[in-house]
Amino acid sequence: MGATASQLDKGMLSEYQELTFLTKQEILLAHKRFSELVPKEEIDRINCRIPMSLILTLPELKSNPFNERICKVFSTSDIKDGSLSFDDFLDLLSAFSDSATLEIKSHYAFRIFDFDDDGTLGRHDLEKLVNCLTGGTDDTNLTPDEMRQLIDNILEESDIDKDGTVNLSEFQHVISRSPDFVSSFKIVL
Amino acid sequence: EARRKRIQNRRAKSQRKAKLTIEEEEDEDEDEDKAPRGRGRRKRPKPIDSDQDEEDEDKGKRQTATRRGRTTSKKKSDKEDSNDESGKEKGSRRQTRGKAASKTQKEDSSDSHNSDSENEEDQLSEGEIEALKEQVEEKKKLIATLRNKPWRMKKRLIILKEAQEFVEKFEGALGKGKGRKLYAFKIMMAKKFIKFKRDFENFKTACIPWERKIKEVESHFGSSVASYFLFLRWMYGLNLILFGLMFGLVVLPEVMMGLPYGSIPRKTVPRAEQETAMDYSVLFDFGGYAKYSFMFYGYYNNERTVGVLKFRLPLSYLLTGVGIFGYSLMVVIRMMARNSNEGGDGGDEGQFTFSWKMFTSWDFLIGNPETADNKYASITTSFKESIVDEQENQKDENIHLRRFLRVLANFMILCCLGGSGYLIYFVVKRSQDFAKLDPRSLTWFQKNEVEFVMSLLGLVCPPLFETIAELEDYHPRIALKWQLGRIFALFLGNLYTFLFALFDEVNAKMLDEKAVKNATEWAYQEYYANYSSFHNTTDVPPLNIPPADVVRGPCWETAVGIEFVKLTVSDVQVTFLTILVGDFARAVIVRFLNYCWCWDLEAGFPSYAEFDISGNVLGLVFNQGMIWMGVFYAPGLMGVNVLRLLTSMYFQCWAVMSSNVPHERVFKASRSNNFYMALLLLVLFLSLLPVIYSIMTLPPSFDCGPFSGQDRMYDVVLETISRDLPAFIGNILTYASNPGLIMPAILLMVLAIYYLNTVSKGYQQANTDLKKKMQMARDEEKNRRNNKDSTNQMMKDLEDLLPDKSLFKPQVQEKPPTEKGSKPTKMKPGTAGVNLHKEVSLASPNPRGPVSRGPGPRGGPPGNAMGPQPGPGRGRGRGRGAPPPRR
Repeated sequence: MGATASQLDKGMLSEYQELTFLTKQEILLAHKRFSELVPKEEIDRINCRIPMSLILTLPELKSNPFNERICKVFSTSDIKDGSLSFDDFLDLLSAFSDSATLEIKSHYAFRIFDFDDDGTLGRHDLEKLVNCLTGGTDDTNLTPDEMRQLIDNILEESDIDKDGTVNLSEFQHVISRSPDFVSSFKIVL
Repeated sequence: EARRKRIQNRRAKSQRKAKLTIEEEEDEDEDEDKAPRGRGRRKRPKPIDSDQDEEDEDKGKRQTATRRGRTTSKKKSDKEDSNDESGKEKGSRRQTRGKAASKTQKEDSSDSHNSDSENEEDQLSEGEIEALKEQVEEKKKLIATLRNKPWRMKKRLIILKEAQEFVEKFEGALGKGKGRKLYAFKIMMAKKFIKFKRDFENFKTACIPWERKIKEVESHFGSSVASYFLFLRWMYGLNLILFGLMFGLVVLPEVMMGLPYGSIPRKTVPRAEQETAMDYSVLFDFGGYAKYSFMFYGYYNNERTVGVLKFRLPLSYLLTGVGIFGYSLMVVIRMMARNSNEGGDGGDEGQFTFSWKMFTSWDFLIGNPETADNKYASITTSFKESIVDEQENQKDENIHLRRFLRVLANFMILCCLGGSGYLIYFVVKRSQDFAKLDPRSLTWFQKNEVEFVMSLLGLVCPPLFETIAELEDYHPRIALKWQLGRIFALFLGNLYTFLFALFDEVNAKMLDEKAVKNATEWAYQEYYANYSSFHNTTDVPPLNIPPADVVRGPCWETAVGIEFVKLTVSDVQVTFLTILVGDFARAVIVRFLNYCWCWDLEAGFPSYAEFDISGNVLGLVFNQGMIWMGVFYAPGLMGVNVLRLLTSMYFQCWAVMSSNVPHERVFKASRSNNFYMALLLLVLFLSLLPVIYSIMTLPPSFDCGPFSGQDRMYDVVLETISRDLPAFIGNILTYASNPGLIMPAILLMVLAIYYLNTVSKGYQQANTDLKKKMQMARDEEKNRRNNKDSTNQMMKDLEDLLPDKSLFKPQVQEKPPTEKGSKPTKMKPGTAGVNLHKEVSLASPNPRGPVSRGPGPRGGPPGNAMGPQPGPGRGRGRGRGAPPPRR
């Protein structure tokens, strides 16, 4: 069935199934959606990449405040433009899939929230995160005072070693106890 | 010796293969497989058959993995992979060898001199096979868990190919048992089942009505307003079930199987009322046809059984009426218990509220800009809520002044309540005096004094309480509870007067009825006497009067039912009107008059209305009390109520979204709305009392309703016991109702309650102790972890992925030389493959340096920095834990 619908051959398909949390149908759908986004002139190239701007037109990502971060995290592009190859795209979908484990999800969540890519969530990251979550518009933004208090509280809760940042293990420690992280950290095509 | 050599050979080969990749698991695997090999040699290996069985019993996952692996790598060998050059050649060789191995296993080692390779394989000891098997299983596990690794697709692909090749090469040695198909089937079924379960869950959540509406309200107004709507929805569900009970067991049987309308007096509109029976005004007051319909108690016939099913309607009526109370009690209490469970479990609950809000509140599934906006609003709201909470916790000013103010406020409110209570009592007393006077001599005010005072109190007191509550300066959530409790106390007066009036009416009606009954009986006796004396026969034909003309009693049950239905309906009207005028009209005026007004209406005086949580909740609770009380006398009331709840859900949702503004301090509802439930329970209990009282003591009307002709309503039960149940059950029940038995039973119950109470206290104590212990253990763990320069796979993965050295590419080229020459590092078995995965899942060894280091410049000592080329001498881990150099 896949042979006509897409250029994915069976070998690749089963490998992808092995390597991701996606089912065959999901992979095929992902491929279809991916192919639709590929610019016309690049359609023949095997390892074509989709620029971030195109990825962000996907309705599933369009209204997500973290969409650019997601692209950047999953991109393997050398020039860090957030463009995605099909492999990256599948990586993304797999991490966000229903059956992905808490570890995978928390790992990627950490990297998405780590805005400056320094391996920890510092105050600056948290501030950006809050702004993303509150929509970044003026009427919903928190006052600086509230922001300070919020971040203080967060650090107090989850910064176990008191170095002023939240690192991955602390992050996972917190996340693993959350009842609804796994159910909300999901993107379905 | 030759054999040993060969083994060495093989091992070397596989090791060489391992060298080809960067895969770290690879050498771990090697180490791992060494140990079992030795083990295998030492002990006598199991017979092959049992091995196969064991294999059969293994997890299905691996089976599929194997199968998939096989097909893919076949494909692969055809396709030729650029990544390992010698793959094809090797692969084919391995394949033959693998096949041979399987053959030897199957055919038993007797005919083994066919080919060179078979020869070779044949000489593998069983222990070796065993070891191989473990190795293969290890690989399979790796394949199965590969998707759990947060590596780039490319890296995973290569590792997968590696592992698959390995598995394919050696899996021949593991039998492909006959159970394979069965496994495939089992796995498939398991998968299907999981999918089905998931779908079912989805379906279940999709079936919950108004989820989105409530979410929307919640995102704009916070969880406290949403808690009202959740309560409303819960009430709707409860009422739907009660409605089902009432209609299924009482109304439908009577309508379907009982006598039709007009057949007997109780089902017919009396002659005098027939003129106006269809008038709108009469119907609106539930007179006329409505009064003689299945809506009300009086319509039901007292035949013991109806229809072909011999359905015992009177019994069913009584049991359903009582059962509704029983069911409601059960549901409310169960809900309370569940809520308190939810509130109580998990010591972590309060620990991470902020972090959770921060890290897990965005719903990544949101794909609609509008919903996203809602979500932003709701997240902002929830941040603000928790900040308010936090501030509340930190506030500690003049505690004495606060205490004084609170005592003062409570005193004032108690005075208010006492005053209003006395006022109600006074008014009711006076109205009883008035009732004795001639009604025509009373003024309008004197007639309606009670209602007037009641509504005045209801209008004035809540705002008064609210003003007084300002003194107390509680957190809004607690203030809401106080407010609820106080208004509840006020409303109880309302309820009390209503019941008082009702009982007066009932008593009057019963006197009336007694007169009618005596008159009727007297008339019948006269008729019989006259007839028999006139015709000189004892065989008197029954009197033939059209049912509309029969003289009947006032039927107090129906009157009570009508009272309750009227009350409910007028309550709905008042609620809706209040919303329309108080909220909507106000919002419209404020919105549009603001253009031409001398001050800012929106920010200034009238402003928009806030959603009145306490009023709405109490309205709902008291309304439900009315329903519970009234439903016994008006089975149709349930239907009315269901309709009411349904419309008010939509109407209030609309009103709150269109014309209310969020509270000034948006606050979070308490996790469990047990307070609402407690109020409901109290009201349920209060409404249970009069109904049970009337069932047990008041005589039912003689000519209407299912219990007509009996002394007490519960006589139906006695009748059923004596006539329909076997005699011994009747005996048992008689004994059971003996006071000599009841007293000890009550005593026993009290003792049981005492005992359970003690036990639960003990558990509570143990619980807190355990929590304390857990907390201590966790702290200890944290400290230990922080002080340990640990090796952490997870951290490595993360570093691996960070953009600066994101890909494995450099490592591919650089690693092999470093490891080629060296012996594979000794690792304890248990850190590889799945175990590694397990280790990762146990939360988080801390990879960073000891805390003592302080938050200086990150990056660790220079020599320890993570280079692209990990030296062979350094074990994994040391120094790896240091964070990547900052760019």
